[in-house]
Amino acid sequence: MADPGRLERLERRVRELEEELAREKRGRAAARARIDTMSAEVTDSNPYSRLMALKRMGIVKDYEKIRTFTVAVVGVGGVGSVTAEMLTRCGIGKLLLFDYDKVELANMNRLFFQPHQAGLSKVQAAEHTLRDINPDVQFEVHNYNITTLDNFEHFMDRISNGALEEGKPVDLVLSCVDNFEARMAINTACNELGQIWMESGVSENAVSGHIQLIIPGESACFACAPPLVVAANIDEKTLKREGVCAASLPTTMGVVAGMLVQNVLKYLLNFGTVSYYLGYNAMQDFFPTMSMKPNPQCSDHNCRKQQENYKKKEAARPKEEVIEKEEEIVHEDNDWGIELVSEISEDELKAASGPVPELPEGISVAYTIPDKEENSITGETVAESEESLEELMAKMRNM
Amino acid sequence: MADAAARRAVAELPLLRAPAGPRDREGWAERLREEYRALIQYVENNKRADTDWFRLESNPEGTRWSGRCWYIHELLRYEFNIEFEIPVTYPGTAPEIAIPELDGKTAKMYRGGKICLSDHFKPLWARNVPKFGLAHLMALGLGPWLAVEIPDLISKGLIQHKDK
Repeated sequence: MADPGRLERLERRVRELEEELAREKRGRAAARARIDTMSAEVTDSNPYSRLMALKRMGIVKDYEKIRTFTVAVVGVGGVGSVTAEMLTRCGIGKLLLFDYDKVELANMNRLFFQPHQAGLSKVQAAEHTLRDINPDVQFEVHNYNITTLDNFEHFMDRISNGALEEGKPVDLVLSCVDNFEARMAINTACNELGQIWMESGVSENAVSGHIQLIIPGESACFACAPPLVVAANIDEKTLKREGVCAASLPTTMGVVAGMLVQNVLKYLLNFGTVSYYLGYNAMQDFFPTMSMKPNPQCSDHNCRKQQENYKKKEAARPKEEVIEKEEEIVHEDNDWGIELVSEISEDELKAASGPVPELPEGISVAYTIPDKEENSITGETVAESEESLEELMAKMRNM
Repeated sequence: MADAAARRAVAELPLLRAPAGPRDREGWAERLREEYRALIQYVENNKRADTDWFRLESNPEGTRWSGRCWYIHELLRYEFNIEFEIPVTYPGTAPEIAIPELDGKTAKMYRGGKICLSDHFKPLWARNVPKFGLAHLMALGLGPWLAVEIPDLISKGLIQHKDK
């Protein structure tokens, strides 16, 4: 109030800033206009000419169809950001991006993000860059952790309804996350919804990785077997873990993202052979492949339900003569007792019981899980008591 | 991996029965009571053994937990706030405990101050679903982490006692 000129000064400043913003926007307006239909015309100005050439070469029958698909990318880190960029450049219809992290300078050994984006949310920074690269793609971004209760419900809702045509499910979910908890959350959602998805991963020592196609009920889900690892043939004794949690290389992440998106394109556009599991061992340049049937005793009841549905569907379908190369999960005898808590060494862990699926050379399980019967509760369990939750909470608080 | 004392402490913990996570309303109510009973017993055991080292409490739904833990080093007590959320996949996967104030001070942490557990923890947890609960997570996850990391952080001068 004391300063009558203040309002005018502020208004002038706002106008200046608006003009500056408009100039900035015009400066970057080199970004191209939207294109309604993909053209196969070979000109310098057609961003799709080399992709449409896949049709002329007889690789893909109907490349334009890519614009009808929606893909959800969960985790926009070293693998997810490159995956999203590849799909954007390929002209995918719509991308949903999920991540709760911020861009950090520590991410700069990987591809895609740039130092000036440090501090921005990964999904926001990614949307900005990707929209510039290809304005024909629709983006929907969610900056949250999918493993917590409220976010998970929202995540499930967007997977079921977030396609180009609102209300329809996405065509594919891609897991590009860096931890077991988030993979299990995606697995839980996809088993419940019957949503086809692909999993990807890079080992914490940065020298192996994998991709996996999961069709609920038809191929093994993420909970059907303990986590699979691509053996890097490194002597465990020489692997130093002290002082660090994870290493990463732009190369391995780029290779895995490339393998993932290649599989996505083959799956969506229907060319070549879609891999159920493809591993990458960077130390020996070895790429093991396999496919695995679901585990009838899978701990996820929705996976078992999807298996029943798949069986019914298969029984109703007229038989085709297809030679399946899939391998059964073999349940070996479980002769080893499990001590509830013990100092488990690497060797003990390997020797310890639990069914191991039959796996080709170069792929193994990270650990084994005992059979249900073997894992029955034998120790002392929590005492029954009549105390209500509120009483227990109060008791704990007052300790 | 846990030392002998932690293993003994875990052997004295009751196992949990209800294989339910927070998405299963009824099952979770039962599981939550079991969690509290096991935690109460653990704290009681610790008090009796003069090794009391943490407190925890949750929101009414039992999905968000916070508390504090302390570590005695050369007769001085160092205290830290801890927090974690119960993931939708619990008890199939363990929650990720965070000590936000130590974020950025040690490489044995993921973003947000989530502690990086040993290679042995996840297999051990996976092999004991759904019998292990939050009390086991404290004894086998946070306890051994503090025992390794805190003396190291103190020796590097990255943590100072509040009275210094």
